[in-house]
Amino acid sequence: MTWVIHILNGVAFGMLLFLLAAGLSLIYGLMKILNLTHGSFYLVGGYIGLTVMQVTGSFVLALIAAVLAVALLGAVIERFFLRRFHLDELPQTLVTFGFLFIFSDLSLWIWGGNPLMLNVPHIFQGSLPMGYYAYPYYRLFLIAVGLLVAGGLWWFQERTRLGTMLRAGVDDAEIARALGINVSLLFTLVFAVGAGLAALAGVLAGPVLSLYPGADFEVLIFAFVVVVIGGLGSLRGALAGALLVGILDDFGKAFFPQFALFTVFVPMAVILVMRPTGLFGRQ
Amino acid sequence: MTALTVEDVSKNFGGVAALSGVSLTIAQGERRVLLGPNGAGKTTLFHTISGNVAPSAGRIVLFDTDITRLRPDRRARLGLARTFQITNLFPRLTVLDSVLLALDGAAGRGMRFLGSPAGDRDMDAQAHRLLERWGLAEAAPRIVRTLSYGEQRQLEIALALAGEPRLLLLDEPTAGLSPAETRRVVAMVHELPRDMTIVMIEHDMDVAFELADRIAVMHQGRLIAEGDQAAIRANQHVTDIYLGAE
Amino acid sequence: MTARLWSIAGAAAVLVLLVALPAFLREYSVALATKMLIFALFAMSLDLLLGYTGLASLGHAAYFGVAAYTVALLVVRAGVSSGLAFPAALVVAALTGALFAPLALRARGSYFLMITFALSQVVWSVAFGWRTLTNGDDGMPDVVRPNFGFSLDSTASFYYFTLAVVGVATVVLVAIVKSPFGRALRGIRESESRMQALGFDVWRYQYVAFVLSATFAGVAGALYAYYNRFVGPEYLYVIQSAEALIMVILGGAGTLIGPAIGAGLIVFLEDFISSLTQHWVLVLGVIYVVVTLFAPRGLIGLVNDFRRRGAK
Repeated sequence: MTWVIHILNGVAFGMLLFLLAAGLSLIYGLMKILNLTHGSFYLVGGYIGLTVMQVTGSFVLALIAAVLAVALLGAVIERFFLRRFHLDELPQTLVTFGFLFIFSDLSLWIWGGNPLMLNVPHIFQGSLPMGYYAYPYYRLFLIAVGLLVAGGLWWFQERTRLGTMLRAGVDDAEIARALGINVSLLFTLVFAVGAGLAALAGVLAGPVLSLYPGADFEVLIFAFVVVVIGGLGSLRGALAGALLVGILDDFGKAFFPQFALFTVFVPMAVILVMRPTGLFGRQ
Repeated sequence: MTALTVEDVSKNFGGVAALSGVSLTIAQGERRVLLGPNGAGKTTLFHTISGNVAPSAGRIVLFDTDITRLRPDRRARLGLARTFQITNLFPRLTVLDSVLLALDGAAGRGMRFLGSPAGDRDMDAQAHRLLERWGLAEAAPRIVRTLSYGEQRQLEIALALAGEPRLLLLDEPTAGLSPAETRRVVAMVHELPRDMTIVMIEHDMDVAFELADRIAVMHQGRLIAEGDQAAIRANQHVTDIYLGAE
Repeated sequence: MTARLWSIAGAAAVLVLLVALPAFLREYSVALATKMLIFALFAMSLDLLLGYTGLASLGHAAYFGVAAYTVALLVVRAGVSSGLAFPAALVVAALTGALFAPLALRARGSYFLMITFALSQVVWSVAFGWRTLTNGDDGMPDVVRPNFGFSLDSTASFYYFTLAVVGVATVVLVAIVKSPFGRALRGIRESESRMQALGFDVWRYQYVAFVLSATFAGVAGALYAYYNRFVGPEYLYVIQSAEALIMVILGGAGTLIGPAIGAGLIVFLEDFISSLTQHWVLVLGVIYVVVTLFAPRGLIGLVNDFRRRGAK
């Protein structure tokens, strides 16, 4: 039975990772930007959600506020700082890294160095009885949200015209414009959506993991690992990678606490060496 | 003496047959021109000959050596050189450096950590001679991406010739060039040693008929006609394709 | 004076300055200068791979850290003389590079970045987790500096030792970069397919560049181990790799001197700004963003732009 608990934990954590990885992958797939600021979007989103919840007491408001605020932040960063370096990887790396630093320090300044946690929203308090054990409702909620978002993104990708083009990886802005797409707006929107997803993950993570300085870097590394395993630019890959990493991490922490991260990094390296583009990545 | 044998070469990309059973025999010293509408598979054929693309079936033999499985650089060292349809140069290097690289590559001695002053002077002289033949001598210190399109196309050919190849593949060498530049390229090709085998993809009919000993026409991945100029001009099928497609 | 004469004069002036440094700076600054030199070498080693060969690695700390740990393990655990540990560390760094290169070179571009990141994280997790060997998170103190007949314990003497080692390494790097091999690397950076068509076995050049780059990173890593008299997993962490990348990009990739200056600047700024405010991370971040906006090609790129505009 403990196996089931571990797997569920792994899946719950994996769903959070999926939200992060999906955003990272989406941004890379369309704009070829490796967004190092993504960890900040997670942490700042979580912190904003925390503050809103403290002020209003509403988890829903916290979610909405955090996602919108961070999405806006992302849009501004893309429009004014990244747009000019289209397809120029080195400056993009430096800029997103710079913002990672900026937000890292700002959030330390504003929210302090102590780990903070959100309260589990009222309706999800308590656990579902499962034999000898009881599994927290909140984590089941996390899994549900993850599946919902995955489903929504999948639907968008498969069923809408915009989604099809994103899937095809519109590399040529000229062709895109010829098809009537406002490429500039699309880039900003996609970046904002990616950022928003990271913020969503941050707020949702609030009650289970804590928010603390350095979480942005840690989470960024995890997101990287997921995207690497799953394949850059692939939604399926982000989900597969996230679940794999979530479960590996949980089992690793449970059975090899000393080498916990080893159980994540070694499969990643092995997968990459066999398939440099990841499980579902494009060649 | 046969320079190049393409035996029944096919290439499939996904479900699309870019090449279907193409066979060619080209004699040493021959000037062969490949004609055909866009999408006929001419550049894909070049890619299989130069090694940039692996054929799905068939064999390619260069001067008695089966090169079907060889990497592009191995084929280059066997005396094969090519130009690319889309200019493929070193944007941020100087023209001189580009030629020096071509010379090093042809001689197979790029992995040197120490240059000898005498050797360097020799190579420099060789490089300048090559550039002069192409009217690019003054461009030597310039950065490649600052060259005009015509100059870049000429450099593309100059690099291919640096190693004195036995088989030269020219992919649309006159595309986008002014009439004066085109005449220069044609003149240069005329001046190349007669024992050098040249295969050329061309769209400019005047250039094609002026330079070709024999012509091969491709259409939709297949070789549909082969012969000297008179035979091709008289070929009804060829005329149909060109009148229909272009 | 011609441009070449200016460069030689400039280099000579810098050399004189560097040699005379301990005479007019206080000890703290000399130690900082030592650190600047070490990271300048680390950054230049990455530039060989990134700026000259066109391969952006996010795992360069692996060779830096592996060399440092070799020194620490040999000196602290095996009782090997510190001076002997130095060449051993270089060998290990080179071997690690030789081992990782074929794995990493299966990819290019962002995927290469990812694989190098993955490989270095594996090394990090070993150093972090294998407590019995490496003390894990606590790190290994008591790394003794070499004694070649004279002690290197004083700040000034270690500064001169570092200056000498980094100086020699720089001369070698410059020679490599200016050689026909270096020219081939730049050709590969510009167009792999063109180089192949010209007869170059591209993979072999990339492999050699990778191993050389790892070796020089190892020199820096060993020096850093001596400098701190301590080695910890942070030497191997992705943040160290990312910093190296930032130093190269900020300074100007593909110039050697750019990354050296970028490294020196960042090390100096980290120290200087943190003494002024606790929000030095914020200030650094702002600097990175602002500098990139005005100098996307790095600082050397900016200098080149001024030169070009001045020439017109």
